[in-house]
Amino acid sequence: MEATIVIDKEKSIWNILETVCDPEIPVLSIIDLGIIRAVAFNEASNMVELTITPTYTGCPAMDMIGAQIRMALAEAGFHQVKIQQILSPAWTTDWMTESGKQKLQAYGIAPPVATNFNQVYLEDLEIACPNCGATNTKLVSEFGSTACKALFQCKDCLEPFDYFKCH
Amino acid sequence: MLQQSISKLISEDQQIQYLLHLADNALILSHRNSQWCGHGPILEQDIALTNIALDQLGQARNLYQYAALLITEKTGIPTTEDQLAYLRDVGEFKNCLIAELPNGDWGQTVLRNFLMGSYQFFLYQELQQIATGQLKAIADKSIKEITYHVRWSADWVVRLGDGTTESHARMEQALELLWSYTGEMLEPSDFEQELIGTQSSYIKAAWEAKIAAVLAEANLDHPKNDWMQLGGKKGIHTEHLGYLLAEMQFLQRAYPGLEW
Repeated sequence: MEATIVIDKEKSIWNILETVCDPEIPVLSIIDLGIIRAVAFNEASNMVELTITPTYTGCPAMDMIGAQIRMALAEAGFHQVKIQQILSPAWTTDWMTESGKQKLQAYGIAPPVATNFNQVYLEDLEIACPNCGATNTKLVSEFGSTACKALFQCKDCLEPFDYFKCH
Repeated sequence: MLQQSISKLISEDQQIQYLLHLADNALILSHRNSQWCGHGPILEQDIALTNIALDQLGQARNLYQYAALLITEKTGIPTTEDQLAYLRDVGEFKNCLIAELPNGDWGQTVLRNFLMGSYQFFLYQELQQIATGQLKAIADKSIKEITYHVRWSADWVVRLGDGTTESHARMEQALELLWSYTGEMLEPSDFEQELIGTQSSYIKAAWEAKIAAVLAEANLDHPKNDWMQLGGKKGIHTEHLGYLLAEMQFLQRAYPGLEW
């Protein structure tokens, strides 16, 4: 009986976390991003224990995300929340959900194309324009509006766009 | 100033010295790069360099946090990353001299980032293999970011070295200025011996091969001088670091413990 309660609570916590968005890319939830590594509910202490991992070491959104998590959980009645940040295993864009990648594309940001971080493979990536779909694109800058993105331009429709880099 | 017992521990503990050395390299380079904010040659590159500075600051924070945790455990005195960054004076900083030199022009800035970034790349690659625990985790995390930094800076070295007469001449000057500061990165000091001493010759060879390949592509003559500036790792710095710290540490010095 007790185990079922804990599982139900953890399920509802995952659902609440699905409503917390990345402050820089509001179409992505933190679940889409893959930064929630573990969720546990301790019934004895009534404590939510979360393990999260940063996308980039200097990402200023992490503090904001932590605050938003606490607010969303508090609104649902979870007032005691412990958030542990871990670095290993290091976050990778492989953990981004498929629906997250589709949301990025629809938002105008080309999603990461490779399935793992391989620096040799990075050289020959073909990035499709999220506007017209053409692969005739060029890299403008390795770093775009944030460290996790690069700036590209489509040579067909001429639209500049952000590309979420493989990481 | 740090409490005396903390300073004493640092002076005796090689593991903490090593962490501070890595953190100081990242912090001081980050601070120099951040000074370009709003001054980059074009908007995209201004943003690129400030993004790189932010990554480096994040790496420095992870290392300071880890060092602060170890200091807290060993002395029983609660110690924070901010104390380590803001309350140590010039002689206690262990960064390589190359990190603290003024930015100079854009060419000098991108070349410094290429020379240091390449070193960090091969170093962190080794640390992924031989370090354990939190230091390995930091290396695993940082190497991905550094990979992009080196791609960016190497690209600029080639673009300017193999560019116009003016840009080529500027890169030659920058190389002449920075070269004698490169040896310090590759020469392990006492506190580096235990962890990476045996790997240092491999790191050096990998760095030299990478630099030679990019300089050749950039149409820049490989420097011949091999006399090298040393001292930073021992706390003997150029006059530039004092001015940098005076600006960076001002707030915590004037209003101790102030928080946003």
